[in-house]
Amino acid sequence: MNGVMALRMRARIILFCVVAFACGPAEAHLNATGMGPVYDGLLHFMSSPEDLAAALALALLAGLRGAAYGRRAMFTLPAAWLLGSFCGLSAAAASAGMLASSLWLVLLGGLVVVDAKLSLRSMTALAALLGLVHGYLNGTGMGFSVVAMVAALGLAAAVFVLVVLVAALVVQLRAQWARIAVRVGGSWIAASGLLMLGWSMRGV
Amino acid sequence: MRQRRQRLSPRKVALLATVPATLWAQAALAHVQQGGAAGLLAGLQHPLSGLDHVLAMVAVGLWGAQLGAPAIWVLPVAFPLVMALGGVFGFLGLQLPGVEIGIAASAIVLGAAVAFEVRPPLVIAALVVGCFAIFHGHAHGTELPPGQSALLYSMGFVIATGCLHALGIGIGTVHRWSWGRRLLRSAGAAVTAGGAFFMWKAFS
Repeated sequence: MNGVMALRMRARIILFCVVAFACGPAEAHLNATGMGPVYDGLLHFMSSPEDLAAALALALLAGLRGAAYGRRAMFTLPAAWLLGSFCGLSAAAASAGMLASSLWLVLLGGLVVVDAKLSLRSMTALAALLGLVHGYLNGTGMGFSVVAMVAALGLAAAVFVLVVLVAALVVQLRAQWARIAVRVGGSWIAASGLLMLGWSMRGV
Repeated sequence: MRQRRQRLSPRKVALLATVPATLWAQAALAHVQQGGAAGLLAGLQHPLSGLDHVLAMVAVGLWGAQLGAPAIWVLPVAFPLVMALGGVFGFLGLQLPGVEIGIAASAIVLGAAVAFEVRPPLVIAALVVGCFAIFHGHAHGTELPPGQSALLYSMGFVIATGCLHALGIGIGTVHRWSWGRRLLRSAGAAVTAGGAFFMWKAFS
């Protein structure tokens, strides 16, 4: 009887050790919606102001330039974001995330304020670079797994929806005051980016 | 002498297994932002919490509306950008002498500009507004409540400031009527009187 008890105890210890040693990353990076990784990724984007503001600024910029720019941005940005996320999945957590995000906000907000007359090629490059950088920063910390990849898809889908809606809204604006309101919005984004730059320099 | 062979008890084995398992634990990678909603609300509330700030912000909008295009949008664009710069000075701990005096002076000068319908060149108007924005930004920048999201706090106070400008511009639209012009000048005088009160408080 004692032998059976000891065997059971040993089996439990072995099981405990196996479970304890086999733990993977917690992947607490994503906010759990309870509706699966696609929605987790979507929520992550919607609850990350630094990502949201950067994508919003690019959508405003593309919308101000016209329909062709909006169309280019709405496919380039999510695709690059997805690619960047996949690249970042296996990387260690990036430390320069806040600094990079704040610089993007200052740059994109500034371009919206001055209503920069960018070429279509420059806009595409800007969207691709933004997507790659922010996607990479999103991907880091998710951990390399199928669930994280699906979450990255949800994230890219959220970027796509935001760019489509905002760029389409701005493209159809004809009144001068409405276009000026968009540029004022750009100044708010640039100002927020500048403040964020200050926070990152201070190390908050 | 025959040494007695001591057997490890299951409890000791479990303990020995737990220690390396605990030390081997991988990073949780949890970076859920804390205090997000509270940070945004604190930021939105901050410019509204001081009447001296409110008076100066509304006066910027009133003056812009009185001056007409392009000042009507250049001033509200210049203000948050320069204010953000002042905020960065505040975060970094750079001392700015007489912040409260500067804020009170901004209400006096901007109110007087509206009351006397001063029409300087656009550059001068933007410089005046920009100089005062530094003081307002510095005051906001030194007062991040602990444990709250810095970015959302920053966004909150930029948005609140912009909304106060928009309020001023909205009120300033009465400028097209003769009674409205008189009303606007009276409002400017009221802002100056309020600024003088805060100046007196700053010195007392």
